[in-house]
Amino acid sequence: MNALKNMKKTTRSNLITYGIVVVFYIVVQALTAGGLLNNSMKGMLVPICTYVVLAISLNLTVGILGELSLGHAGFMSVGAFSGAVFWVVTGSQLPPALGLAVSMLIGGVVAGVFGFLIGIPVLRLRGDYLAIVTLAFGEIIKNVLNTVYLGIDSTGFHFSMKDSSSLGLAPDGDVIINGAIGISGMKKASTFLAGIILILITLFVILNLINSRAGRAIMSIRDNRIAAEATGINVTKYKLMAFIISATFAGMAGVLYALNFSALAAKKFDYNTSILVLVFVVLGGIGNIRGSMIAATILYVLPEMLRSVADYRMLAYAVVLIVMMIFNQSPQVIAWREQMADRFAHNPVVKGLLAKFKKGGEDRTKGEA
Amino acid sequence: MELLSYLINGVSLGSVYAIIALGYTMVYGIAKMLNFAHGDVIMVGSYIVFIAVNQAGLPPLAAILLSMVLCTVLGLAIERFAYKPLRGASSLAVLITAIGVSYLLQNLALLIWGSDPKNFTSVVDIPALDLHLAGGRIVISSETVVTIVSAAAIMVGLTLFVNHTKMGHAMLAVSEDKGAAQLMGVNVNSTIAMTFAIGSALAAVAGVLLCSAYPALQPTTGAMPGIKAFTAAVFGGIGSIPGAMLGGVLLGIIEILGKAYVSTQLADAIVFAVLIVVLLVRPTGLLGKPMNEKV
Repeated sequence: MNALKNMKKTTRSNLITYGIVVVFYIVVQALTAGGLLNNSMKGMLVPICTYVVLAISLNLTVGILGELSLGHAGFMSVGAFSGAVFWVVTGSQLPPALGLAVSMLIGGVVAGVFGFLIGIPVLRLRGDYLAIVTLAFGEIIKNVLNTVYLGIDSTGFHFSMKDSSSLGLAPDGDVIINGAIGISGMKKASTFLAGIILILITLFVILNLINSRAGRAIMSIRDNRIAAEATGINVTKYKLMAFIISATFAGMAGVLYALNFSALAAKKFDYNTSILVLVFVVLGGIGNIRGSMIAATILYVLPEMLRSVADYRMLAYAVVLIVMMIFNQSPQVIAWREQMADRFAHNPVVKGLLAKFKKGGEDRTKGEA
Repeated sequence: MELLSYLINGVSLGSVYAIIALGYTMVYGIAKMLNFAHGDVIMVGSYIVFIAVNQAGLPPLAAILLSMVLCTVLGLAIERFAYKPLRGASSLAVLITAIGVSYLLQNLALLIWGSDPKNFTSVVDIPALDLHLAGGRIVISSETVVTIVSAAAIMVGLTLFVNHTKMGHAMLAVSEDKGAAQLMGVNVNSTIAMTFAIGSALAAVAGVLLCSAYPALQPTTGAMPGIKAFTAAVFGGIGSIPGAMLGGVLLGIIEILGKAYVSTQLADAIVFAVLIVVLLVRPTGLLGKPMNEKV
C-alpha cells in the first residue's frame, strides 16, 4: 500500500488505467464462465477492443498533438488489408497466436509507413487543412482498395485494377482481394484475449510516450507551436512521430477487426467510421486516454443493447458532439459556468451546509485522536 | 468531339462545385472556419425544392426562391446556435462542432425523408442545345446551359456586391482583420451572419442545379459534393471569389475526364490526389495570397 502511495502521480494513474483493462478482462471471463453472456454479446468483445485501440490512438493525434485527423479509418483499412493478405497467404499455416501477432505487426508497419508518407506533406499544413487532407486520404484509400484485384498462384502475386479475370492466374491460383467484394473466406483468428493484449500494448506505448520528453515536446507544439519552435523543438519531427504512432495502432486495430470476420471489404472503413471514433474521443474527453477507453466501450455497447432506438444513434452522436463542444469550449459558457459555481459557493444555504460538513469532519478527527 | 463534350460536362459540374465553393470560401475568409455543414445545407435545399414541386405543386421558380429563403434561415440558425457561441474558442472545437452539425442535418433528413433515393425531376424546362460544329454534332443538355449561365451570373453578382456595396466592404474588412474592422465601426457579428446567409442561399441554388443534373436525392447527397467543393476552394485559393470559381471549374473538368479516360471508381481518388498535390506545391492555392503568421 505504501509503495502505491509513494509512487509518482502519473505512474499511479497509468497503473489504474492498465488495471481497468485487466479488471474488464477478468469480469468478462467470469461472466462467460458463468454463462451470463449470450452470443451477440460475445460477438461484441473483439469490436469493442478494436474501437478502444482506435480511440486511444486517435486521441494521440487529436488530444495530445492537437490536430484533427478525419482519416483514421483509412489507416485502419490499410492495416486491415495488408494484415489480412499476409494471414490468407501464409499466416494461417503458422500457429494461430503467432500468425495473428505477425499479421498485426505487418498491418501496423504498413499503416505506419502510410502515416509517414501522408504525414510529411500534411503536417506542413495547419489546422483545417490537415482535417480535409486526412479526409481526402481516407476516401482515396477506400476508392483505390475498391478497385484492387490481387491473386496468387505458383508463379507469385498477380495484380490488376480492372477485374479478376485480367489477373491472368494459373489454374492453381487463388484470388485474394476481389475488388469491391474484398477478401472473403478467411479463417477467423482474433480473440478477446488478443484484443486485450493489443489494448495493453497500445496503452503502454502511448502513456509512456505522453510522459516522456518526446510527449512533452508534442504537447508543447499543441499548446503553442510558435513558442515550441522558438525553444528549439523540431516541430515536424515530433508531429510526425505522434502521427505515425497513431497510424500504426490504427492499422493494428484494423487487423484485429478484419480477422474477427471471415470477409473484409473496403467500404466498411469509410468516413462514418472515422467520425464514430472521433465521437468516442470527444465524449471521453479530448486528451484523456482513460476517457477514450470508457467512452468507446459504452458507446459501442449501448446502441447494440438498445436496438429499438438504433435509428436515433447517429443523431444522438451529432447532438452530443455539438453540445459537448459548446459546453466545454465556448468562452461565454465557460464564464457562465464559473459564475454559477461562484454563486453556488457563496449561497448562504450551501455555505451553512459546507460549514456543518467541515465541523463534522473536525469532530470526527478529534474523536479519532 | 468526344473530348469537347466531356469538357462541357466538366465545366457544368465544375460550375456547381464553384457555386458551393463560393459559400465555403466566403465563410472561411470571414469567419476563419471550415463550415462542414455547408454540403448538407445543399441537401436540405434540394429536398425543399423536391417537396415544393412534387407535393405542393409550386412552379419551379417559386420553389427555388422558397428553398433559398429557408436555407438562408437554416444557415443563420446554424451560425447563431452552433458557431457563434464558439467564437474565440480553438479551431479544433469549431471544426468538431461543424462536423456535428453536418451529421445532425444528415440524420434529421434520414429520419424525416428516409434513405431511399428520391427521383428529382429537373426544374429546367427549355430544349437542349443541338450544335453543329466543324464536322461534328454536340448535344448540350439544357441543364448544362442553365448551370453554366447561373454560375457565371452568381460570380459576377457576388464580385459586384463585395466590391461595390457597404456590406461587401465590411466583409472584406472583417476578412482582413476582425479586430481592426470592429474598431472602425463594422458590426462583425452581423457581417458574419450575412456571409452565412449568402452562402446558404447559394447552397440552395447549387442543390437544385446539382440534383437537376444528377437526379438521385438522398440524405447523403450533399456530403461528397460539399467536400469536393471545399477541395475546389482550396485549389483556387481559399478566401478568393474568382479562385473558388476557377478551382471549381478545373476540378469539375478533372473529375469528368478522370471518369471518362481513367476509371469511374477512381475519379474521386484522382480529385483528392489533386488536392494533396496542390497543397504540397502551392499551399495557398492558385489565386490565394500568402498569409503571414503573427505571434
